[in-house]
Amino acid sequence: MLTDVFKIAWQGVVTHTSRAVLTVLGVVIGVTSVMTVISAGESAQAYVVAEISSFGPTNIFVLPGKQPKGPSGAAGTLSNDSLKERDVESLKQKTNVPKVKAVIPYVFGYETLVVDEEKYNAMVIGSSELIQKNFDLSVSSGRFLLGSDITDHTQVVVIGDTIREKLFGLSDPVGQKIKIGNSKLTIVGVLAKKGQSSFFDANKSVIAPYPVIQQNILGIKYFQRLIVEAQTAEDVSGTIADITTTLRINHNITDPAKDDFFIRTQGDLVNQISTITTILTVLLLCVAAISLIVGGVGIMNIMLVSVTERTKEIGLRKALGATNKNILRQFLYEALILTGGGGLIGVGLGTALVWGMTWAAQSFAGINLPYVFSLRGLVVGLGVSVTIGLVFGIFPARSAAKKNPVESLYSD
Amino acid sequence: MNKNILIETKGLEKIYKEDGDIETRALQGIDLIIHEGEFVAIVGPSGSGKSTLMQLLGFLDRPTSGTYFFQGEDVSLLSDEELAHIRNKKVGFVFQAFNLLPRQSVLENVKLPLIYAGIKEPERTQRALELIDLVGLSDRASYQAQKLSGGQKQRVAIARALINKPRVIFADEPTGSLDSKSGEVVLHFLQDLHKQGNTIILVTHESYVAESAQRILHIKDGLLAHDEEVKNRRIIEHDGFKK
Repeated sequence: MLTDVFKIAWQGVVTHTSRAVLTVLGVVIGVTSVMTVISAGESAQAYVVAEISSFGPTNIFVLPGKQPKGPSGAAGTLSNDSLKERDVESLKQKTNVPKVKAVIPYVFGYETLVVDEEKYNAMVIGSSELIQKNFDLSVSSGRFLLGSDITDHTQVVVIGDTIREKLFGLSDPVGQKIKIGNSKLTIVGVLAKKGQSSFFDANKSVIAPYPVIQQNILGIKYFQRLIVEAQTAEDVSGTIADITTTLRINHNITDPAKDDFFIRTQGDLVNQISTITTILTVLLLCVAAISLIVGGVGIMNIMLVSVTERTKEIGLRKALGATNKNILRQFLYEALILTGGGGLIGVGLGTALVWGMTWAAQSFAGINLPYVFSLRGLVVGLGVSVTIGLVFGIFPARSAAKKNPVESLYSD
Repeated sequence: MNKNILIETKGLEKIYKEDGDIETRALQGIDLIIHEGEFVAIVGPSGSGKSTLMQLLGFLDRPTSGTYFFQGEDVSLLSDEELAHIRNKKVGFVFQAFNLLPRQSVLENVKLPLIYAGIKEPERTQRALELIDLVGLSDRASYQAQKLSGGQKQRVAIARALINKPRVIFADEPTGSLDSKSGEVVLHFLQDLHKQGNTIILVTHESYVAESAQRILHIKDGLLAHDEEVKNRRIIEHDGFKK
């Protein structure tokens, strides 16, 4: 009996195809946006997490200043001068940090690069030769920084591929001079083209020995980051404790509340990014929810019109023995078929849209954005559309069921 | 002929209330008895209340007051759902406007009451096809109802009315939308069904249609004005539906 009423409802939908399509348009759009938002959010999150993970699970980031409360507080850490050369030397000592593999100082700023009359604004990074392996950088011509460049304060720089293209075009930049701030550095290498990472864009950056950047260009004596590499991922938590102890001794800190540095790991970053993308996703979902409600009201509207239009049919069915329950179910099922179908179409469209977005990002922007089919999006999209069918379908269905057979049969 | 009482009403009244105080007294106390196996015509001018009477007798509506016994059972005590079941199993309707589902096939239309009766396939299709054959539309079973002529539509409606083997068939102006030839075919068929022992209640305002029945109930101003035995009954000859 239930399947029979379902079949009747199905016929009711397919005999009015064009009306059905118009009716579900709102739901289709709503579910498409829900699916797109969730799916795109998950893709972006997967991308960022993968990028952060690419820094390696053994990396420990030491940052100056107090642990910021939110993402906006991070800017305040850039001008804090608590991390000094002395800290780098202490952290390198196996007696202080037994499981340390490498300590990589890191400073950065935005500067204008000048070659002849050509100018280009880029990220200028000061670090050591060790950053090459840690950031997985390779050179397409020339060489990377050497250990001796750091100790000798050699005035050399490696430049990103985009900078090479903008400032040198087709000519080979290796051996040529580039002006950064008030200093002239010799280009010794060009970085191989690399996809954008969440941390920095190697193509639009230059990397020089950190003492050169600190003294000649930024005019600072501190570090904005220290990257401490532990020997294995298992050593990370022990190493964090050792770093903390060492730096507190160096900075004469006895009260942990007065720490002038804090520590981030890849895991922390992943959590932070996940929180941010989740908040963004929820916000966008709220917007999508509005379109779903509009779609639901649309369904209710058309269903009410349809009930009025089909008064005669309802009367006839009742005369032939349909109970109020039969009629209620018929119209409720129609609403559910419409919204459920609309939901499925929406999920399909949303999926296609996000797939297209990731494809475009990969092929045109060179961003390795992974495509993620969102199961959560599927469940939410279908769940919400069916709920809308129930909520907005029940009122028209009840008004259909309550119709008096005589008045319905003899209406025009 | 069977002499069991099928329908008995006492003081049946129906008052319609429209927007506030205006009352229309469509039926003002009807007492009547209809036996099983009778062919009764209810006649009267428009507005006389004959349609209202048929609607009450056909369980499509409830009386304002009075009692209605169907097979000895007081119908006023039944719930909406029980009335739906009675309409489904004990009553067959034939309407002036045919009232078929226009976009559905002849077969689907005839099957419809069986769905609400909870009868399963393949019995549904089998029974429907038998009746479609009986009304001579076997070759049209898969046609959309809206593609048929008026006479064919009414024959589909008759097949549909018969599908649950009802105790009584109500025909409300069954010839009203038909040309005279198709109308005669329908009347012939009702007479045929009557001959086979079915109870038929025919509502009409045309006397020549009413004369195909055995008995005529004249309704006037909501009252049973005259209960007449048809002396010169019009027997309609027809060589069946098969064409």
